[in-house]
Amino acid sequence: MHITRYRQKKSLEIARRNRLEIVKARLSRREMLKYGLIGSSGFLVFKNGLSQWASGYAHASGGGGATGTSPPTRAFVEALPIMPIKQPVSTLSGPAPTIAPNTAGGEGRTRAHQAFTSYPSKFTFPVATKFEVHQRAASVVMSPDLPPQPVWGFDGRYPGPTYYARYGQQILVRNFDDLPPPAQNGGFGMPSTTTHLHNAHTPSESDGFPCDFQQPGQFYDHHYPNVLAGFGSTHAPTGDVNESLGTLWYHDHRVDFTAQNVYKGLTGFYILYNDLDTGNETTGFRLPGVPDPSGFYAPVKYDVPLMLADRVFDPSTGQLFFDLFNFDGILGDRFLVNGKIQPFFEVEPRRYRFRVLDSGPSRFYQLFLTDKGSNTQIPFWQIANDGNLLPQPIRVNNIIMGVAQRMEIIVDFRPFAGKTLYFENRLEQVDGRGPTGNTLPAGAGNLIMQFRVKSTGAADNSADPATMHFYKLPDKTAAPRVTRTFRFERTNGQWAINGRFMDADCASPRVRVKQNTVENWILQNNSGGWMHPVHIHFEEHQILSQSNAIDAVDVSRKDVHRLQHSQQVQLFFRFRDFQGRYPFHCHNVVHEDHAMMLRWDIDQTGDTNTTP
Amino acid sequence: MPQRWADTSPRELIRRRYFPDLALVTHEGKRVRLYEDLIKDKIVILNFMYAHCRGVCSPVTANLVRVQRLLADRVGRDIFMCSFSLKPDEDNPAALREYAQRHAVGPGWTFLTGDAADLELLRRRLGFADPDPARDADRSNHTGMVRYGNEPLHLWAAFPGMSRADAIAKEILWVDWPARRDLQR
Repeated sequence: MHITRYRQKKSLEIARRNRLEIVKARLSRREMLKYGLIGSSGFLVFKNGLSQWASGYAHASGGGGATGTSPPTRAFVEALPIMPIKQPVSTLSGPAPTIAPNTAGGEGRTRAHQAFTSYPSKFTFPVATKFEVHQRAASVVMSPDLPPQPVWGFDGRYPGPTYYARYGQQILVRNFDDLPPPAQNGGFGMPSTTTHLHNAHTPSESDGFPCDFQQPGQFYDHHYPNVLAGFGSTHAPTGDVNESLGTLWYHDHRVDFTAQNVYKGLTGFYILYNDLDTGNETTGFRLPGVPDPSGFYAPVKYDVPLMLADRVFDPSTGQLFFDLFNFDGILGDRFLVNGKIQPFFEVEPRRYRFRVLDSGPSRFYQLFLTDKGSNTQIPFWQIANDGNLLPQPIRVNNIIMGVAQRMEIIVDFRPFAGKTLYFENRLEQVDGRGPTGNTLPAGAGNLIMQFRVKSTGAADNSADPATMHFYKLPDKTAAPRVTRTFRFERTNGQWAINGRFMDADCASPRVRVKQNTVENWILQNNSGGWMHPVHIHFEEHQILSQSNAIDAVDVSRKDVHRLQHSQQVQLFFRFRDFQGRYPFHCHNVVHEDHAMMLRWDIDQTGDTNTTP
Repeated sequence: MPQRWADTSPRELIRRRYFPDLALVTHEGKRVRLYEDLIKDKIVILNFMYAHCRGVCSPVTANLVRVQRLLADRVGRDIFMCSFSLKPDEDNPAALREYAQRHAVGPGWTFLTGDAADLELLRRRLGFADPDPARDADRSNHTGMVRYGNEPLHLWAAFPGMSRADAIAKEILWVDWPARRDLQR
């Protein structure tokens, strides 16, 4: 509370100073209105410097709509969209896939697929299951109160189609960059792209490394082995089932331009099933889910991905607004789920599995389920952290998320037949630095989406979460070959890791990890009042220790660590199976684009630099 | 709820939001308009500094001089560098000229001063203010980040002023579109 009050006081002080500066700059009130510097209420719309458009967080107003910089929009007037499932194809457009990059044939890849030569008995080429996706410009409706929005989307959709994949079945995704030239980018966005599959155990050349971008007109073949970690090392030949991943997402990772391209719409879900997490509530773990009778590549009913995003819209044009001149992080005053502002979702009075993703760009969430009446913290089950099933479900009354995190929950709507519930984000955040640390009172947060619970529904054959058990946590007692420390710092407004900056050409690794060894990485936040959701590609980690208490739900396999103020955390890694370059970065994508990132490699020798 | 939406081009919106058409003075004593003379139709590299800075200004300037040399004759032709004063009251054109000479800055790179309120407005518009007011007030702690962009194509990004000069030069060519596509990766 103390921190919050201090922050609010500071915000008021900043607003006052901004106003004085504008007065000094001799802008009239009319000009200020024209330039969007003040809202109709007369308050400055910028809290922290004139370039910051977003008003921090938007208060839910009477009708449940939201106020702020953006034009008024109504809440709960459009249904939650469910993204279509990506369909495989029998033949791909363009030349037949090759192991080596087909530069002459128009491919943007620069390195050969490694899995077919490193593990020829495990991965056969050509790959039988193939997908083809086209990144292109499109127009989508985010609210009936706004004009159609020019976006960039996979297959022209925002969010892109959802991939369903199965462990043990490798796939190849041919990813075409059909984006228009920059003059047609609508004001932001870089049309050269690299698509990262977040949390996948993917060979480096298919990972979507920030500097592996392709140009418009090119394509890039991504090989996704859908293989369990440890298959080529600790748990040969099948890998460790306790390393199973569930909810992944894909998004653009273009160096310097990730925030713009993700804001523009280049995102989607990728869901991995296996023999235990089957997408069918009558088999395996019996998680909520009923497969479509038409087959595997159709949405599993009651197993619903929810992509959260916050955005700002220009008050005069009604178009998506991206603050190009912002180093700190961007907050929106409109909340979207699956591409719609504050949608409603009609649900049956039974259990649902929700795969909730914070797609950024910079906002953290603390989501509560509320009826807006006397039940403001309806309990539910958290079953996964960062998209990985926990050892067993944990009863919670809220989930906290940083950018790129995926939390899975089971909500039982049976007691709420005929009622209306909401997700309310009660985490206070007023600028890109991170949340204030204050949880707003019930009713003072933002309503993200609405659940309209029908009075009747289909039978529920899913198991009682109280009785469920998932995977055991992999062993984390092995001694590390090296323990490395990474200090996240801010010096003269520049992000540094151990005092050094990222070079935008990604030319050389800061860390070389020896393949098939264990390391401990210590992350320290020395950056003052900033929080960083730190993401390390390729291998997941477990927390060994941290300077504050570890939440029960963080006793899990993770790929994003929310590095809090002055926090130190020690992480356990086992680097296995593939070689090559990967990044490690803050997933507040504005920080990431401003070089809060480093390149690390897996190779056969490794280095032992303890403060790289 | 019928509403008429303004049909303003993205380029024009960016100009209105970020580039107030301020009158500034160069280190050569020339009067210039921010948007019309320094930004419009150009690839630009923008940062803030002050002449008597004992901190990050000199190393960043020295690094940008390396970048300028790598970009060779493009600087001054279609790529332009602008360094805006954080202390316009002490940085008169002569002080900035002396700073530029001391760092062996080449042509195509302009140091700018002017009315203090104008430069403060610009600093905030271009996002060079720290969200922490105490830190922001301490000019010795000002940001070493540098903006780059292509104004007509609305491509804008940034780099730490102390990252490697040859990486920065390559980075700037990312917004050099559609020319030099061979150099864009």
